[in-house]
Amino acid sequence: MNPEAWTYVFVSATFALYIFIAVRSRAGTTGEFYVAGGGVPPLANGLATAADWMSAASFISMAGIISFAGYDGSVYLMGWTGGYVLLALLLAPYLRKFGRFTVPDFIGDRYYSSTARVVAVVAAIFISFTYVGGQMRGVGIVFSRFLGVDVETGVLIGMGVVFVYAVLGGMKGITYTQVAQYCVLIFAFMVPAIFISLQIAGTPIPQLGFGGTEVGTSTFLLDKLDGLHRELGFHLYTEGAKPTIEIFATTLALMVGTAGLPHVIIRFYTVPRVRDARISAGWALLFIAILYTTAPAVAVFARTNLIQSVSEKSYAERPEWVRSWETAKLIEFTDHNGDGRIQYVGPNAVDASGAPIQNELVVDRDIMVLANPEIAGLPPWVIGLVAAGGLAAALSTAAGLLLVISTSISHDLLKRTFRPDITEHGELWAARIAAAVGVCVAGYLGIDPPGFVGEVVAFAFGLAAASFFPAIVMGIFSRRMNREGAISGLVVGLLFTASYIVWFKFVHPELDSAEHHLFGISPTGIGTVGMALNFVVALVVARFTPPPPAAVQELVTSIRTPRGAGEAHEIAVG
Amino acid sequence: MSLEPRPDATGAQLADYWRANLRCVALLLSIWFAVSFGGGILFVDELNAIRLPGTGFKLGFWFAQSGSIYVFVALIFVYAWWMNRLDRRFGVDE
Repeated sequence: MNPEAWTYVFVSATFALYIFIAVRSRAGTTGEFYVAGGGVPPLANGLATAADWMSAASFISMAGIISFAGYDGSVYLMGWTGGYVLLALLLAPYLRKFGRFTVPDFIGDRYYSSTARVVAVVAAIFISFTYVGGQMRGVGIVFSRFLGVDVETGVLIGMGVVFVYAVLGGMKGITYTQVAQYCVLIFAFMVPAIFISLQIAGTPIPQLGFGGTEVGTSTFLLDKLDGLHRELGFHLYTEGAKPTIEIFATTLALMVGTAGLPHVIIRFYTVPRVRDARISAGWALLFIAILYTTAPAVAVFARTNLIQSVSEKSYAERPEWVRSWETAKLIEFTDHNGDGRIQYVGPNAVDASGAPIQNELVVDRDIMVLANPEIAGLPPWVIGLVAAGGLAAALSTAAGLLLVISTSISHDLLKRTFRPDITEHGELWAARIAAAVGVCVAGYLGIDPPGFVGEVVAFAFGLAAASFFPAIVMGIFSRRMNREGAISGLVVGLLFTASYIVWFKFVHPELDSAEHHLFGISPTGIGTVGMALNFVVALVVARFTPPPPAAVQELVTSIRTPRGAGEAHEIAVG
Repeated sequence: MSLEPRPDATGAQLADYWRANLRCVALLLSIWFAVSFGGGILFVDELNAIRLPGTGFKLGFWFAQSGSIYVFVALIFVYAWWMNRLDRRFGVDE
């Protein structure tokens, strides 16, 4: 069978599985729709959180980005895992004790304010839509590259599948499909990684392989890669080219943003007890770490393979995979010096006489994971598996985001703000309709992406970092934080971060370089400054405005202890 | 679903519980900061002069691309174990 046939087999089989699970776990109440009835075992929640979290970007793009950026790619590795430590230690157990359905629920109740709730709803919906458009785009791209259907059809098929399990099943359906999707995506990521590690480093464990020696030699792979980079005029793979402050700010923004993303936070409302919330964050990060510690290894293997199979090779005899990705316009070759060979070099490359050499090959970063099986000459079924894995990663994240959008509308806006007398039945239908409309908007963003989808990282993480994380942390750790402080902090953090990103990404993209940036921090890392502003403004304003009512202070005391209801804790002091 | 706190859990004990909780979080977060922002970013150049014995990993690079992630996973499990123990000791477990 050829790769395309295998892809059809894997994709149809996994889609059938997701729909089967969804039909088996339909939601009957709003509690089931929003938080799966609060009865998800911690291990299952860990698996579901890992799939929820790992998006098309983690699966398809991240290893490729690291492959080209080397050390500078570490921001994603540390940023997208370190956030779970913050989530587990500072947010998840307390929000579980609080025990409602959504993030705006907490913000609205803790800060006794509908304004705060509405600001939180708007931020949650904006963050989720920015992010979900990228996922649907990922679905479309996988379909178009592997199955030869066009992007639009691919997005429509993806919408159909998400529709079935998000709209019918709500959180209950999503949770158990995400468990299945985690298994599919991790298997699909690990199989090629293990094969390639065996080929290049002679060990089936990629995490050890990239620190080891190349098969049949005594040279460490990383030394060899640094050597190749030096020779070809790239910056050293194991050393960064970006300034320390930029790396620091970006890592922190991604960490704090991860901890503040609503679709991740709500997963911790679904477990039965506070202690389950703690341990399921551990399981989630363990399952995420399997992929995140393999990705840098894949990056090193892919980089070495790429350089060795193209550098100074005759263009006429280039490998088959180069040809196929050239057809997709993701590899481009221009023979500047007309010698018929591929000069793949970095910005510092010079020839024997000291004259600069022009680079002749442009390789899209996103192909590294997808092309890996072909580069390593793996059997055709592995290629089908990788396609199914990419789809699992994109669909699981899309479903989690759609749930945030639908609960924001049916629960936070209708039930808790504008129509408190709505019946449970009515609320459930509103949630389903909101999810259905969400799927359509997401599909539209996937088919016809406005420019901002490409900047999803800067936007979604920056805004989550500058808004939700400080507001929730202060709501738990400061009994004195009040409505006035929290709202001013939220508004300042959001406005500052959004304007900085809009300024450099849309208004003056030509100025988007280190010398024009504030403190040399790029839009991707600016969430760190937005977060700091939020904290400072909130703490200052809260000092000069009245403390929160006694009932709210009791609520804070209550969420700090795993056992018991709020009233029982009024004697506690802080 | 939730239980009342034990009658012997007084306000002062709950305050002690919260302080113990904050100590635990502060200690674990300093490790979190040290391995990622310390080992992987601020002191990466100094640490890169050292190698993880028997491997091709420069230490700073390793912290940034692998080591910190392993530590993060361990930190959450330690936190869960530690807090469950505190919950029982102060009688606030579920």
